[in-house]
Amino acid sequence: MSGSTASEAATLRRLIDAVAQAVIAHAEELTALDQAIGDGDHGLNMKRGFEAVQADAAALAEKPLAEALRAIGMLLVMKVGGASGPLYGTLFMALGKAIGGGADAAGLDAGVLAGAFAQAIEAVKARGKSQEGQKTMLDVLVPVQQALQAGGADLLARLPSVADRAAYATVAMRAIRGRASFLGERSVGHMDPGAHSAALMVAAACGALEG
Amino acid sequence: MMAPNAGAMVGIVIVSHSPKVAEGAADMVRQMVGDSVKLAYAGGDPDGNLGTDVAKIMAAIDQAWSEAGVAVLVDLGGAETNSEMAIEMLDEDRRDRVVICNAPIVEGAVIAAAEASGGSPLDVVRRVTEELSPQ
Repeated sequence: MSGSTASEAATLRRLIDAVAQAVIAHAEELTALDQAIGDGDHGLNMKRGFEAVQADAAALAEKPLAEALRAIGMLLVMKVGGASGPLYGTLFMALGKAIGGGADAAGLDAGVLAGAFAQAIEAVKARGKSQEGQKTMLDVLVPVQQALQAGGADLLARLPSVADRAAYATVAMRAIRGRASFLGERSVGHMDPGAHSAALMVAAACGALEG
Repeated sequence: MMAPNAGAMVGIVIVSHSPKVAEGAADMVRQMVGDSVKLAYAGGDPDGNLGTDVAKIMAAIDQAWSEAGVAVLVDLGGAETNSEMAIEMLDEDRRDRVVICNAPIVEGAVIAAAEASGGSPLDVVRRVTEELSPQ
Protein backbone atom coordinates (compact mmCIF):
# COMPACT_ATOMS: atom_id res chain seq x y z
CA MET A 1 0.00 0.00 0.00
CA SER A 2 1.32 3.40 -0.89
CA GLY A 3 1.17 6.14 1.69
CA SER A 4 -1.11 9.09 1.26
CA THR A 5 0.00 12.60 0.42
CA ALA A 6 0.32 15.27 3.09
CA SER A 7 -2.88 17.06 2.01
CA GLU A 8 -4.86 13.81 1.94
CA ALA A 9 -3.61 13.02 5.42
CA ALA A 10 -4.55 16.51 6.60
CA THR A 11 -8.09 16.16 5.24
CA LEU A 12 -8.51 12.73 6.78
CA ARG A 13 -7.18 14.01 10.09
CA ARG A 14 -9.70 16.86 10.03
CA LEU A 15 -12.50 14.36 9.34
CA ILE A 16 -11.44 12.01 12.12
CA ASP A 17 -11.04 14.80 14.64
CA ALA A 18 -14.37 16.40 13.76
CA VAL A 19 -16.37 13.18 13.96
CA ALA A 20 -14.66 11.96 17.14
CA GLN A 21 -15.05 15.33 18.87
CA ALA A 22 -18.72 15.60 17.89
CA VAL A 23 -19.46 12.22 19.43
CA ILE A 24 -17.39 12.88 22.54
CA ALA A 25 -18.92 16.35 23.07
CA HIS A 26 -22.47 14.98 22.82
CA ALA A 27 -21.92 11.90 24.97
CA GLU A 28 -24.18 13.10 27.79
CA GLU A 29 -26.97 14.01 25.40
CA LEU A 30 -26.75 10.56 23.75
CA THR A 31 -26.81 8.90 27.13
CA ALA A 32 -29.88 10.91 28.16
CA LEU A 33 -31.73 9.80 25.01
CA ASP A 34 -30.70 6.22 25.65
CA GLN A 35 -31.86 6.39 29.26
CA ALA A 36 -35.33 7.21 27.97
CA ILE A 37 -35.72 4.18 25.70
CA GLY A 38 -32.62 1.98 25.97
CA ASP A 39 -30.15 0.97 28.61
CA GLY A 40 -28.50 4.35 28.97
CA ASP A 41 -25.06 3.37 27.75
CA HIS A 42 -24.98 4.76 24.22
CA GLY A 43 -23.20 8.03 25.02
CA LEU A 44 -20.60 6.48 27.27
CA ASN A 45 -19.95 3.60 24.87
CA MET A 46 -19.60 5.86 21.85
CA LYS A 47 -17.37 8.22 23.80
CA ARG A 48 -15.05 5.37 24.77
CA GLY A 49 -14.90 4.19 21.16
CA PHE A 50 -14.19 7.58 19.67
CA GLU A 51 -11.65 8.44 22.35
CA ALA A 52 -9.76 5.38 21.13
CA VAL A 53 -10.12 6.63 17.55
CA GLN A 54 -8.96 10.09 18.62
CA ALA A 55 -5.93 8.62 20.38
CA ASP A 56 -4.92 6.90 17.13
CA ALA A 57 -5.88 9.81 14.88
CA ALA A 58 -2.36 10.70 13.75
CA ALA A 59 -1.54 7.16 12.64
CA LEU A 60 -5.00 6.63 11.13
CA ALA A 61 -4.72 9.80 9.04
CA GLU A 62 -1.51 8.52 7.42
CA LYS A 63 -3.28 5.45 6.05
CA PRO A 64 -5.05 5.29 2.68
CA LEU A 65 -8.74 6.14 3.20
CA ALA A 66 -10.03 2.58 2.81
CA GLU A 67 -7.55 1.22 5.32
CA ALA A 68 -8.22 4.05 7.78
CA LEU A 69 -11.96 3.37 7.63
CA ARG A 70 -11.40 -0.33 8.26
CA ALA A 71 -9.08 0.42 11.17
CA ILE A 72 -11.61 2.86 12.68
CA GLY A 73 -14.32 0.21 12.33
CA MET A 74 -12.16 -2.35 14.09
CA LEU A 75 -11.43 0.09 16.94
CA LEU A 76 -15.15 0.76 17.37
CA VAL A 77 -15.93 -2.96 17.41
CA MET A 78 -13.34 -3.62 20.07
CA LYS A 79 -13.86 -0.52 22.23
CA VAL A 80 -17.48 0.62 22.10
CA GLY A 81 -19.32 -2.35 23.57
CA GLY A 82 -23.11 -2.40 23.52
CA ALA A 83 -24.87 -3.02 20.26
CA SER A 84 -23.55 0.19 18.71
CA GLY A 85 -19.96 -1.12 18.63
CA PRO A 86 -20.55 -3.86 16.09
CA LEU A 87 -23.10 -1.72 14.22
CA TYR A 88 -20.93 1.38 13.76
CA GLY A 89 -17.86 -0.86 13.47
CA THR A 90 -19.53 -2.73 10.62
CA LEU A 91 -20.54 0.56 8.99
CA PHE A 92 -16.96 1.84 8.91
CA MET A 93 -15.36 -1.50 8.00
CA ALA A 94 -17.84 -2.07 5.17
CA LEU A 95 -17.38 1.51 3.97
CA GLY A 96 -13.62 0.95 3.81
CA LYS A 97 -14.05 -2.33 1.99
CA ALA A 98 -16.45 -0.81 -0.54
CA ILE A 99 -14.36 2.31 -1.19
CA GLY A 100 -11.29 0.22 -1.84
CA GLY A 101 -7.70 1.23 -2.38
CA GLY A 102 -6.67 4.36 -4.19
CA ALA A 103 -9.44 6.57 -2.80
CA ASP A 104 -8.61 9.60 -0.71
CA ALA A 105 -10.75 11.67 1.60
CA ALA A 106 -10.22 14.97 -0.21
CA GLY A 107 -10.96 13.89 -3.77
CA LEU A 108 -13.75 11.40 -3.18
CA ASP A 109 -16.52 11.64 -5.74
CA ALA A 110 -20.04 11.87 -4.28
CA GLY A 111 -21.28 9.12 -6.59
CA VAL A 112 -18.50 6.73 -5.53
CA LEU A 113 -19.16 7.52 -1.88
CA ALA A 114 -22.91 7.00 -2.38
CA GLY A 115 -22.28 3.54 -3.87
CA ALA A 116 -19.92 2.56 -1.06
CA PHE A 117 -22.30 3.97 1.53
CA ALA A 118 -25.14 1.88 0.10
CA GLN A 119 -23.04 -1.28 0.53
CA ALA A 120 -22.09 -0.27 4.06
CA ILE A 121 -25.77 0.28 4.92
CA GLU A 122 -26.58 -3.23 3.68
CA ALA A 123 -23.87 -4.59 5.98
CA VAL A 124 -25.36 -2.69 8.95
CA LYS A 125 -28.83 -4.03 8.12
CA ALA A 126 -27.46 -7.57 8.09
CA ARG A 127 -25.54 -7.06 11.35
CA GLY A 128 -28.54 -5.59 13.16
CA LYS A 129 -31.13 -7.74 11.34
CA SER A 130 -32.91 -4.47 10.84
CA GLN A 131 -34.57 -2.33 8.20
CA GLU A 132 -35.34 1.37 7.97
CA GLY A 133 -38.50 2.48 9.76
CA GLN A 134 -37.58 0.57 12.93
CA LYS A 135 -36.24 3.54 14.90
CA THR A 136 -32.51 2.95 14.44
CA MET A 137 -29.43 4.62 12.98
CA LEU A 138 -30.58 3.26 9.60
CA ASP A 139 -33.35 5.86 9.62
CA VAL A 140 -30.64 8.51 9.30
CA LEU A 141 -28.11 6.60 7.20
CA VAL A 142 -30.59 5.65 4.47
CA PRO A 143 -31.91 9.18 3.70
CA VAL A 144 -28.36 10.56 3.83
CA GLN A 145 -27.26 7.92 1.33
CA GLN A 146 -30.23 8.77 -0.89
CA ALA A 147 -29.39 12.47 -0.83
CA LEU A 148 -25.78 11.63 -1.63
CA GLN A 149 -26.90 9.42 -4.50
CA ALA A 150 -29.16 12.15 -5.88
CA GLY A 151 -26.21 14.55 -5.79
CA GLY A 152 -26.66 18.18 -6.81
CA ALA A 153 -25.24 21.46 -5.59
CA ASP A 154 -24.24 22.25 -2.01
CA LEU A 155 -24.34 18.62 -0.89
CA LEU A 156 -22.06 19.26 2.07
CA ALA A 157 -24.29 22.10 3.22
CA ARG A 158 -27.51 20.12 2.74
CA LEU A 159 -26.61 16.71 4.17
CA PRO A 160 -26.52 17.78 7.84
CA SER A 161 -30.11 19.02 7.67
CA VAL A 162 -31.19 15.87 5.83
CA ALA A 163 -29.62 13.86 8.68
CA ASP A 164 -31.11 16.09 11.36
CA ARG A 165 -34.63 15.90 9.96
CA ALA A 166 -34.28 12.12 9.64
CA ALA A 167 -33.18 11.83 13.26
CA TYR A 168 -36.18 13.87 14.39
CA ALA A 169 -38.45 11.63 12.33
CA THR A 170 -37.47 8.70 14.59
CA VAL A 171 -39.28 10.41 17.50
CA ALA A 172 -42.63 9.21 16.13
CA MET A 173 -41.40 5.72 15.32
CA ARG A 174 -41.93 2.62 17.38
CA ALA A 175 -38.82 0.56 18.08
CA ILE A 176 -38.78 -3.01 16.81
CA ARG A 177 -35.09 -3.77 17.26
CA GLY A 178 -32.80 -3.41 20.22
CA ARG A 179 -33.52 -2.77 23.85
CA ALA A 180 -36.06 -0.06 23.03
CA SER A 181 -38.28 -2.69 21.43
CA PHE A 182 -39.12 -4.02 24.90
CA LEU A 183 -40.86 -0.72 25.53
CA GLY A 184 -43.19 -1.15 22.56
CA GLU A 185 -45.46 1.86 22.23
CA ARG A 186 -43.61 3.62 25.04
CA SER A 187 -40.60 3.99 22.72
CA VAL A 188 -42.72 6.43 20.69
CA GLY A 189 -42.05 10.08 21.58
CA HIS A 190 -38.28 9.80 22.02
CA MET A 191 -35.57 10.29 19.43
CA ASP A 192 -33.54 7.16 18.79
CA PRO A 193 -30.05 7.66 20.25
CA GLY A 194 -28.40 5.77 17.37
CA ALA A 195 -30.18 7.99 14.86
CA HIS A 196 -28.94 11.04 16.76
CA SER A 197 -25.32 9.86 16.89
CA ALA A 198 -25.45 9.07 13.17
CA ALA A 199 -26.76 12.58 12.42
CA LEU A 200 -24.03 14.12 14.59
CA MET A 201 -21.36 12.23 12.66
CA VAL A 202 -22.79 13.22 9.28
CA ALA A 203 -22.88 16.89 10.29
CA ALA A 204 -19.34 16.75 11.67
CA ALA A 205 -17.96 15.02 8.58
CA CYS A 206 -19.63 17.53 6.24
CA GLY A 207 -18.36 20.44 8.33
CA ALA A 208 -14.82 19.11 8.18
CA LEU A 209 -14.91 18.63 4.42
CA GLU A 210 -16.42 22.07 3.85
CA GLY A 211 -13.97 23.82 6.14
CA MET B 1 -10.24 -29.43 35.32
CA MET B 2 -11.00 -31.25 32.07
CA ALA B 3 -12.15 -34.82 31.74
CA PRO B 4 -9.83 -36.86 29.52
CA ASN B 5 -12.30 -36.83 26.62
CA ALA B 6 -13.29 -33.18 26.96
CA GLY B 7 -11.88 -32.48 23.53
CA ALA B 8 -14.84 -34.28 22.04
CA MET B 9 -17.41 -32.30 23.99
CA VAL B 10 -18.97 -29.07 22.84
CA GLY B 11 -17.70 -26.07 24.83
CA ILE B 12 -20.07 -23.54 26.41
CA VAL B 13 -19.69 -19.75 26.52
CA ILE B 14 -21.97 -17.47 28.54
CA VAL B 15 -22.21 -13.82 27.48
CA SER B 16 -24.06 -11.39 29.71
CA HIS B 17 -24.15 -7.62 30.09
CA SER B 18 -23.44 -8.24 33.75
CA PRO B 19 -20.15 -9.80 34.89
CA LYS B 20 -22.05 -11.12 37.92
CA VAL B 21 -24.77 -12.75 35.85
CA ALA B 22 -22.17 -14.33 33.57
CA GLU B 23 -20.17 -15.66 36.48
CA GLY B 24 -23.27 -16.75 38.40
CA ALA B 25 -24.70 -18.63 35.43
CA ALA B 26 -21.33 -20.37 35.02
CA ASP B 27 -21.37 -21.30 38.74
CA MET B 28 -24.79 -22.89 38.27
CA VAL B 29 -23.56 -24.90 35.28
CA ARG B 30 -20.56 -26.12 37.27
CA GLN B 31 -22.71 -27.14 40.20
CA MET B 32 -25.42 -28.83 38.14
CA VAL B 33 -23.37 -30.37 35.34
CA GLY B 34 -19.89 -30.65 36.80
CA ASP B 35 -16.45 -29.99 35.40
CA SER B 36 -16.41 -32.28 32.38
CA VAL B 37 -17.46 -29.57 29.90
CA LYS B 38 -15.25 -26.66 28.90
CA LEU B 39 -16.97 -23.50 30.05
CA ALA B 40 -16.08 -19.83 29.88
CA TYR B 41 -17.95 -16.57 30.34
CA ALA B 42 -17.71 -12.95 29.28
CA GLY B 43 -19.57 -10.21 31.12
CA GLY B 44 -19.38 -6.44 31.17
CA ASP B 45 -18.09 -3.80 28.80
CA PRO B 46 -14.38 -3.02 28.30
CA ASP B 47 -14.46 -0.86 31.47
CA GLY B 48 -16.15 -3.55 33.55
CA ASN B 49 -19.51 -1.80 33.61
CA LEU B 50 -22.74 -3.36 32.34
CA GLY B 51 -22.34 -4.18 28.66
CA THR B 52 -20.61 -6.62 26.37
CA ASP B 53 -17.17 -6.65 24.83
CA VAL B 54 -16.14 -8.36 21.59
CA ALA B 55 -12.57 -8.92 22.80
CA LYS B 56 -13.76 -10.62 26.00
CA ILE B 57 -16.21 -12.77 24.04
CA MET B 58 -13.44 -13.85 21.65
CA ALA B 59 -11.22 -14.71 24.61
CA ALA B 60 -14.02 -16.75 26.22
CA ILE B 61 -14.61 -18.69 22.98
CA ASP B 62 -10.89 -19.37 22.84
CA GLN B 63 -10.90 -20.56 26.44
CA ALA B 64 -13.88 -22.87 25.91
CA TRP B 65 -12.66 -24.00 22.50
CA SER B 66 -13.30 -27.60 21.56
CA GLU B 67 -12.89 -29.36 18.25
CA ALA B 68 -16.57 -30.29 18.67
CA GLY B 69 -17.42 -26.60 18.60
CA VAL B 70 -18.75 -24.01 21.04
CA ALA B 71 -22.33 -23.11 21.98
CA VAL B 72 -22.81 -19.48 23.06
CA LEU B 73 -25.62 -18.33 25.37
CA VAL B 74 -26.43 -14.62 25.43
CA ASP B 75 -28.75 -12.29 27.33
CA LEU B 76 -30.06 -9.08 25.76
CA GLY B 77 -29.65 -7.26 22.42
CA GLY B 78 -26.03 -6.16 22.27
CA ALA B 79 -24.82 -9.45 23.74
CA GLU B 80 -26.10 -11.22 20.65
CA THR B 81 -24.81 -8.61 18.21
CA ASN B 82 -21.40 -8.53 19.85
CA SER B 83 -21.26 -12.34 19.96
CA GLU B 84 -22.05 -12.51 16.24
CA MET B 85 -19.30 -9.98 15.61
CA ALA B 86 -16.84 -11.95 17.75
CA ILE B 87 -17.65 -15.17 15.88
CA GLU B 88 -17.08 -13.49 12.54
CA MET B 89 -13.69 -12.29 13.70
CA LEU B 90 -12.50 -15.79 14.61
CA ASP B 91 -10.15 -17.74 12.35
CA GLU B 92 -11.98 -19.14 9.37
CA ASP B 93 -11.61 -22.77 10.46
CA ARG B 94 -13.28 -22.01 13.80
CA ARG B 95 -16.01 -19.63 12.69
CA ASP B 96 -18.40 -22.32 11.46
CA ARG B 97 -18.12 -24.31 14.66
CA VAL B 98 -19.43 -21.63 17.01
CA VAL B 99 -23.19 -21.10 17.30
CA ILE B 100 -25.38 -18.76 19.33
CA CYS B 101 -28.29 -20.62 20.95
CA ASN B 102 -31.55 -18.72 21.12
CA ALA B 103 -32.50 -19.63 24.68
CA PRO B 104 -32.79 -18.10 28.15
CA ILE B 105 -29.23 -17.60 29.38
CA VAL B 106 -29.24 -19.52 32.68
CA GLU B 107 -31.52 -22.41 31.72
CA GLY B 108 -29.91 -22.53 28.30
CA ALA B 109 -26.39 -22.73 29.69
CA VAL B 110 -27.32 -25.55 32.05
CA ILE B 111 -29.19 -27.54 29.38
CA ALA B 112 -26.48 -26.94 26.76
CA ALA B 113 -23.76 -28.06 29.18
CA ALA B 114 -25.75 -31.13 30.24
CA GLU B 115 -26.28 -32.08 26.62
CA ALA B 116 -22.64 -31.40 25.76
CA SER B 117 -21.43 -33.47 28.71
CA GLY B 118 -23.28 -36.42 27.21
CA GLY B 119 -21.17 -36.08 24.08
CA SER B 120 -23.89 -34.65 21.80
CA PRO B 121 -22.66 -32.86 18.69
CA LEU B 122 -23.05 -29.08 18.32
CA ASP B 123 -26.26 -29.15 16.27
CA VAL B 124 -27.95 -31.35 18.85
CA VAL B 125 -26.76 -29.18 21.74
CA ARG B 126 -28.18 -26.17 19.96
CA ARG B 127 -31.51 -27.81 19.08
CA VAL B 128 -32.14 -29.14 22.57
CA THR B 129 -31.19 -25.80 24.12
CA GLU B 130 -33.42 -23.83 21.77
CA GLU B 131 -36.39 -26.01 22.70
CA LEU B 132 -36.46 -23.87 25.86
CA SER B 133 -37.55 -20.84 23.82
CA PRO B 134 -41.20 -20.32 22.93
CA GLN B 135 -41.66 -21.48 19.35
